[in-house]
Amino acid sequence: MSLLSAKRLEKHYGHHVVLENLNFSVEQGEFVTLVGASGCGKTTFLKMLLGTEAISKGNLLLDGKPIPNEPGPDRGVVFQKYSVFPHLTVLGNVMIADELHSAKLLGKSFGTAKRHAIEKAQARIEEVGLSHALNKYPHELSGGMQQRLAIAQALMMRPRMLLLDEPFGALDPGIRQDMHELITRLWQEQQLTIFMITHDLKEAFELGTRLWVFDKTRHDPQAPEAYGATITYDLPISRDRPTADLTEALHQGGLKTHTQETLL
Amino acid sequence: MKRLINLAPSRGSRWLLGLLPFLLLAMVYLSLSNARLAENPNDRLLPTPATMASSFYHLATAENVRTGQIVLWTDTFASLERILIGVAISAFIGLIVGILNGGIPLIRAKLSPLVTVASLIPPMAILPILFIAFGTGEAAKIALIVIGVTPFLIRDLQGHALRLPDEQLIKAQTLGASSWQVLLRVLLPQLTPRLLNATSLALGSAWLFLIAAEAIAAQEGLGYRIFLVRRYLSMDVILPYVAWITLLAFLLDQILAWTSRLAFPWYHSGEGDKS
Repeated sequence: MSLLSAKRLEKHYGHHVVLENLNFSVEQGEFVTLVGASGCGKTTFLKMLLGTEAISKGNLLLDGKPIPNEPGPDRGVVFQKYSVFPHLTVLGNVMIADELHSAKLLGKSFGTAKRHAIEKAQARIEEVGLSHALNKYPHELSGGMQQRLAIAQALMMRPRMLLLDEPFGALDPGIRQDMHELITRLWQEQQLTIFMITHDLKEAFELGTRLWVFDKTRHDPQAPEAYGATITYDLPISRDRPTADLTEALHQGGLKTHTQETLL
Repeated sequence: MKRLINLAPSRGSRWLLGLLPFLLLAMVYLSLSNARLAENPNDRLLPTPATMASSFYHLATAENVRTGQIVLWTDTFASLERILIGVAISAFIGLIVGILNGGIPLIRAKLSPLVTVASLIPPMAILPILFIAFGTGEAAKIALIVIGVTPFLIRDLQGHALRLPDEQLIKAQTLGASSWQVLLRVLLPQLTPRLLNATSLALGSAWLFLIAAEAIAAQEGLGYRIFLVRRYLSMDVILPYVAWITLLAFLLDQILAWTSRLAFPWYHSGEGDKS
């Protein structure tokens, strides 16, 4: 059974159709990258996976069961901004996951449980290379370090899937390259299933094993809200193939969208 | 020549520039006072600093013959006790209701309109009701401060809770937090420094309510004393008392600011060091 599957999934607000006719199934361990023009519903789709947006029609199954309608520890998330808690240090931000689990009433551990949480958190922080900043607050960290912290925090719960909403969109190109290496390493080591929204097609090709292009297939100029976007291209990507070839192949194969210029 | 907005005084001259208006006001007062006293040495309206100092010193050291108490300290402790109890109760209620209103939509739907309406009632208008209900003792004065300050604190904290990015609440839930844990570990720590901030803003109105209540019915207190000696036109007592109240208010404000900076360094990270 696949990890996540959708059948005729649709999302609309009143008469405004945002997403329609989504059909897919995703296996454990896939790295799906989502691209598409701004406002085409990628983030809405991610919110449906998170459980903060309700499903209008069709079904969306996680492990064969309808996806819960609120966020939970089985789905980790990293946003572009505001992903970490400003009032906690690096250690506190990562520890809190364990503390929330072990101390239901206070949400804060003491004694042995605390030492245990610190050890676990330190291992996670080590993985993302922030061990030198354990006691720093997020405002003292650079953008890249904050995103590293957010990833470490999200991975504490060992989620079934990791949702990334343009996680590296605000970072410098050099830092971005480091983050690509980090996320690739974590994905391989921990056999994660990742969904990542990005505006950078190169990034989408480099990181993913599967690329989804969101776009509208029908467009009525009289009623621009009547039709929603869907997955127009569902491409398996091999990491071994050089990106340049792929882009070229796509051009020839005709990756044409209403918003082609923003993509390629 | 730089633009005006880019010209900043150096550290030392900033002190001097800040002192200048005070010196100017003092000089204006002294010249007016001198002019009046030259005409009539018994004038009571603008006493000399020496007269004020000796009156204040007398109030701060001499025991009352009948009760054995020193007037200034009795007044100060009575007023501080009232304002501190009042503000502490307000802050406590404000924090609890603010967090619940900000964090739980079902509670907000019930309480928010009530708080909005309550905050629009002029507290001074219901002072007679408080005197009738609680008598003219301490309870009525503390109740006036609580009624006057709490709605403001609730609204401020609720607003701040609603302005916290949704991402944080979602993130907490993906880490397995229950509703209770979100309130306790995400909202409470982020609203506490905001509470200190809002409380220091509310202290101004708290003093207003305190002095008004004391002026109407009290046996001691800073506001009571000022209104008592008004009958004898004792400006030599009123002016030092006003200065003393200002100093107390300033100290309370500074204590809150220091506490906030010490305990919540992350909250003040966004503030520039302009002053």
